[in-house]
Amino acid sequence: MPLLEIRNLKVEFDTAKGPFKALDGVDYTVDAGEVLAIVGESGSGKSVAMLATMGLLPNTATITADKMEFEGLDLRSLNAKARRKVIGKDISMIFQEPIASLNPCFTVGFQLGETLKTHMGLSGRQAKDRVVELLTSVGIPNPAERLSAFPHQMSGGQCQRVMIAMAIACSPKLLIADEPTTALDVTIQKQILDLLVKLQQQSGMGLIMITHDMGVVAETADRVIVQYKGRKMEEADVLSLFESPKNPYTRALLSALPENATGDRLPTVSDFAEAGGF
Amino acid sequence: MSGDVILKVRDLYRTYDIKGGLFKKASALTAVKGVNLDVERGTTLAVVGESGCGKSTLARMLTMIDAQTSGTIEVDGLPIDISKTGISREMRQKVQIVFQNPYGSLNPRQKIGHVLEEPLLLNTSMPAAERRDLALEMLAKVGLQPEHYGRYPHMFSGGQRQRIAIARAIMMKPKLLVLDEPVSALDLSVQAQILNLLADLQEEMGLTYVFISHDLSVVRYIADKVMVMYFGEVVEYGTRDEVFGNPQHSYTKTLFAATPNADVDSIRKRLAAKAA
Repeated sequence: MPLLEIRNLKVEFDTAKGPFKALDGVDYTVDAGEVLAIVGESGSGKSVAMLATMGLLPNTATITADKMEFEGLDLRSLNAKARRKVIGKDISMIFQEPIASLNPCFTVGFQLGETLKTHMGLSGRQAKDRVVELLTSVGIPNPAERLSAFPHQMSGGQCQRVMIAMAIACSPKLLIADEPTTALDVTIQKQILDLLVKLQQQSGMGLIMITHDMGVVAETADRVIVQYKGRKMEEADVLSLFESPKNPYTRALLSALPENATGDRLPTVSDFAEAGGF
Repeated sequence: MSGDVILKVRDLYRTYDIKGGLFKKASALTAVKGVNLDVERGTTLAVVGESGCGKSTLARMLTMIDAQTSGTIEVDGLPIDISKTGISREMRQKVQIVFQNPYGSLNPRQKIGHVLEEPLLLNTSMPAAERRDLALEMLAKVGLQPEHYGRYPHMFSGGQRQRIAIARAIMMKPKLLVLDEPVSALDLSVQAQILNLLADLQEEMGLTYVFISHDLSVVRYIADKVMVMYFGEVVEYGTRDEVFGNPQHSYTKTLFAATPNADVDSIRKRLAAKAA
């Protein structure tokens, strides 16, 4: 049984101009210990799919799916209380803007401890010890001292490490990372990606990487789903996707990479859209 | 093309004073330490480095937003030191800038036509009809339609907004365009369109670019010369092929090693290492 199995997921938003289809019948499966990358441009529905899974979409969204199961548990029928038991514990998520994801009014130690107290029922003392342990595992220097630091006293890369520590605090079975390195420098990006992959391999959790960066996909993924305008364009293991992309959109994306440029001009997706018809 | 140097910077320093507090002594932070550079007309200099390395401070000095603490800047033979001489229309006309975030750099309450005409309104005495014609011409040049003239920024996508920001920057027909991470906020395919547009404009108008970026694949594609900055200092400066082919400084090497490889061989290597 796969860890997460979603069949025919559709998401519609009510807007002033009528319903807007953000996601149109996409399937996702993730096994334990697997790294799945979901790639696409803005508006491709890659974040919406995972927010729908987490139950984080606003009320204007209508979510339908033939199947939406996490370890056999039907996520569609969960009420808010039951959902809170799963979300943040067995499934957790890292967002793009590390500094915006942390509460500026509380210390990182407090924010990390909160998760542990809520989900694991740890006491203050135990939680503190565990927080130090977590900060050590994500590579924050002097973790015991950093407990009392506020988010604004840390760099973007360090904040993202804290977010990762928070996400893995309850040893989740599935970690969803939504553009975890987009806001970071290349050198920091490398460290964060290495950290995520290391943690994933140590714990054997499933990892979903949402990204628009083909480089990040190449460096982390086992399997890749390419999305465009709410539909799945291609699903393949990472090697065959880069070696022999089947779908014209995937080919367009790969050739728009500046490092693959052969002539004077970069081919754009619209060049391919005219020729390939997707 | 050598010899025709349009931008000449010598021994440039910028120091910021950090105010002291009750428990903190006042101190000084030197963001840019002794930068020297020459850019030839019609070429592109890429400035690479991580956040906090001083590359944006450099851009601010080149575009006369900030004054230098010491050192000289010369644009097209015109010395620039705004703390002493102030800014003249002539200086403003030579250098323009495009910022990273196309959502923050356009006034939400200003129509596109007005956005484009404002530089002319402030710096020239051109009549309104002529300004309008020029704005429409610029819209066409950056790949937008005449009907976009009367629209507001929120009606445009990120890539279109960046086109508008570029159009605004070239309204004054500048000699030098400073591009501060112009494609970092854009999707891959839109990034390709903007890079193509910049290449076209450079050829057509003979523009010189100072292109600030942290994305090495973009730099390798667009740059003639590359300058790597680290903690305010220039650690590497040379032609693109020199820097990419034979990096000297350890920071440049770290930077190259950290850039994700999207080629099939490195994926194969990674998968093999993982399976083992």
